[in-house]
Amino acid sequence: MTGIESPWVAVPVVLLLVAGGLLTLVGSLGLVRLPSFQARMHGVSMGSTLGLGCIIIASVVVSSAMAQRFVPHALLITVFVVITAPATAIMLMRASLYRARAKSAAGRGAETEG
Amino acid sequence: MSRLIDYAAWFAAACAGLGMLLATWRVIRGPAAQDRVLGLDTLYVNGMLTLLVLGIRAGSGVYFEVALLIALFGFVGSVALAKFLLRGEVIEP
Amino acid sequence: MPVLTVALVAMWLALNDTVAPGQVLLGIVLAMVLTWWAARLRPLRPRLRRLQLGFGLLAVVFVDIVRSNLAVGRIILGLVGRRRVRTDFLDIPLDLQDAHGLAVLAMIVTSTPGTVWVGLATDRRTLTLHILDLDDEQKWVRIIKDRYERPLIDIFQP
Repeated sequence: MTGIESPWVAVPVVLLLVAGGLLTLVGSLGLVRLPSFQARMHGVSMGSTLGLGCIIIASVVVSSAMAQRFVPHALLITVFVVITAPATAIMLMRASLYRARAKSAAGRGAETEG
Repeated sequence: MSRLIDYAAWFAAACAGLGMLLATWRVIRGPAAQDRVLGLDTLYVNGMLTLLVLGIRAGSGVYFEVALLIALFGFVGSVALAKFLLRGEVIEP
Repeated sequence: MPVLTVALVAMWLALNDTVAPGQVLLGIVLAMVLTWWAARLRPLRPRLRRLQLGFGLLAVVFVDIVRSNLAVGRIILGLVGRRRVRTDFLDIPLDLQDAHGLAVLAMIVTSTPGTVWVGLATDRRTLTLHILDLDDEQKWVRIIKDRYERPLIDIFQP
């Protein structure tokens, strides 16, 4: 239990938590529903941008309210994820394109040989 | 009001947990190797979110450190797997 | 004062959640050693011309992150009506040449769902993106060039 009773803190936190949870869930649902690999990558970035952002802000608000001062350390996770996300995304995208090309080339090779 | 935050935190944790299940389905189902890597990537992001939400609920700072470590190691793991798919090697000479 | 040193001190203090003098001193020493070490590792130095323009860009990117999250969410849940969503690659001619500017552009593109960075031509003149909802190619080219690339050129290039 957080022990926060002020509605000025609690209402934004509740809204942020619900929004963050729903965004994460919809993003993960995209992983199941979207038809191709490249399309699925867009769904995943929902959870790691706005979904994560909402929950991080809720976390900063709660820990600041509990300590009675500004506690920004949860924001470090956002900074870290924003800096690192492009590396993973670019590598995965290029890996998928490379593997699709290699597969089709191998398929053609097998046809001409057979 | 504190109870309301508690319910909202449970809701968010349930959403992230369900997201982890969906990601696990993608990891098992595939079909391509990059789909599985993407599933693992989602899995660790959702796991990190679950921990952050539990940290909010418990009002404790310990969860934050675990979440930061998951973010660090999850990133290194995803990049290593993606690099392996791209080049067949993680650390090139 | 180099930007990297300041950023590292701020990060150290945020991580330890304190402004005690001992930690500040330790953070400054650590940050200076790491900055010196990183400079030897990577000789390319960023030149930030007009950093104050970054705040405007940050606001624009924040609005776009919220908007694109909602747009992608609608597509995933199938709330786009009968319209067929076209998902495809898009080539964008690029004027931004600075490596650090391009790195920031990669962060922006990745952070807005609906766009994923695919690759940059070796001469840095063409950027390929993968776009989930490619309804109008000219609209997306304008978004990237006017909203993100123009401020980045102003910030990073003389």
